Amino acid sequence: MIELKDVTIRAGDCLLSDLTFTVDSGRYAVVMGKTGIGKTTILESICGLRRIQSGHIVIDGVDVTKWSPADREVGYVPQDLALFPTLTVREHLAFAMKLRRRAAKEIKERVDDLAELLEITNLLERSVRKLSGGESQRVALGRALSFRPSVLLLDEPMSALDAATRETTQTMLRHLNEKTGVTVLHVTHNQSEADALGDCCVRLTKDAETGRVIMAQS
Amino acid sequence: MGGLSASFLLLIVLLLAADLMFTSAGEFRAALVKPEIQYAFRLTLLSCTIAAILSVWVATPLGYLLSRYRFPGRSLVDTIVDIPIVLPPLVLGLSLLILFHQPFPFSNWLFPGSDWKLDSWLRDEVGFTVTYRWPAVVLAQFAVACAFAVRTMRVTFDQIDPRAEDVARTLGCTRAQAFLRVALPQSWRGMITAGTIAWARALGEFGPILVFAGATRFRTEVLSTTVFLELSVGQLDAAVAVSLLMVAMAIVVLLILRLLGAGLSA
Repeated sequence: MIELKDVTIRAGDCLLSDLTFTVDSGRYAVVMGKTGIGKTTILESICGLRRIQSGHIVIDGVDVTKWSPADREVGYVPQDLALFPTLTVREHLAFAMKLRRRAAKEIKERVDDLAELLEITNLLERSVRKLSGGESQRVALGRALSFRPSVLLLDEPMSALDAATRETTQTMLRHLNEKTGVTVLHVTHNQSEADALGDCCVRLTKDAETGRVIMAQS
Repeated sequence: MGGLSASFLLLIVLLLAADLMFTSAGEFRAALVKPEIQYAFRLTLLSCTIAAILSVWVATPLGYLLSRYRFPGRSLVDTIVDIPIVLPPLVLGLSLLILFHQPFPFSNWLFPGSDWKLDSWLRDEVGFTVTYRWPAVVLAQFAVACAFAVRTMRVTFDQIDPRAEDVARTLGCTRAQAFLRVALPQSWRGMITAGTIAWARALGEFGPILVFAGATRFRTEVLSTTVFLELSVGQLDAAVAVSLLMVAMAIVVLLILRLLGAGLSA
């Protein structure tokens, strides 16, 4: 479960104030809003990469507002994917598990399971430099899910995909959500994507008069 | 534009050609079999390599710090790093000599009446003499070479997208782990370049070595000081032969490192 309580975030000229919303465990929530309104800023705050000015961020009932990104156990897939160019696909899927000093056998099993789930078993030994957009997307998803986070944050995961890959990815994301039970917060500005995936929607709009960002949850 | 560029290239080629035509293969061989020049050759290889390794070792974390973090005094650190680049070489050598042989800075303020000297302490307490010995050669080379290596590593990290390190932190990395596991493996090209530049700078270093380490034969003589010593006793043939040897060494190192870089990237 993700809870934001009266959160205020400043990112450059952008001020997001008094953000409050809840996404229940296992639900698939979509955050919508125009480009530059602060959707990515919210995700970065939840995973700990950006400090908030006030308020509380609660994950699975625990206030993680002051925790470091490493301690929050939140899976994050940024818009640019930010894969590690010197590692193979297998090393990406094993990265978080190795940090947690899991046994080699457990890591191998987890990597194989994830690769099967994401249909990238044939890519495991390949460098990420040689992957297509859709393949890179799956690797980034696998890397974020590898340590079994209870929360997964997706920042416009389909923005760089063609129509056919987009449809396949939508099906895969829904399948992942149902199979793993992970709570998903998915940022997009595509209404059809939101309709196809979201159990609930957080909509961000800017008030024309005051310039404040207004949030509505449905 | 083309003419200006060509004139610069022509100047370099003519300089090398003039050196080559001044000497003969026989004179070149005769100079290189001298035991003092062979000693200087070995010391040059060793000291330049140590200075280059130390430079990359120090420059990598410092370049990363300057590239990624905003902290109070960052501009000051940035400026201090550049000082050895702009300092006249003889002044740098003199400063090293004063640092090691005069009472240590602030020791009189901290401990009134104290005349604690770095060189005496290293010699008497640690048993490691620096001044006018080979460590002084390495330190004089390192002081300048490291500044160039820091600049190179900073530019290297500026060109690496920090997003991957951010994502690594959400996967469980501390900042140090994100540096070691994600940023550092991406910076190997920059490390090779920094090492090459540091090695080449160390090879050409002369002023600080002369002042801080001296030019004693079979002790602190490196090839740059050999050229000076041979010139000072009127042995122009030997000076030119050693100069050509230094040119050859620089070219060989550049070629090896470029091949190494190409091999790694393949």
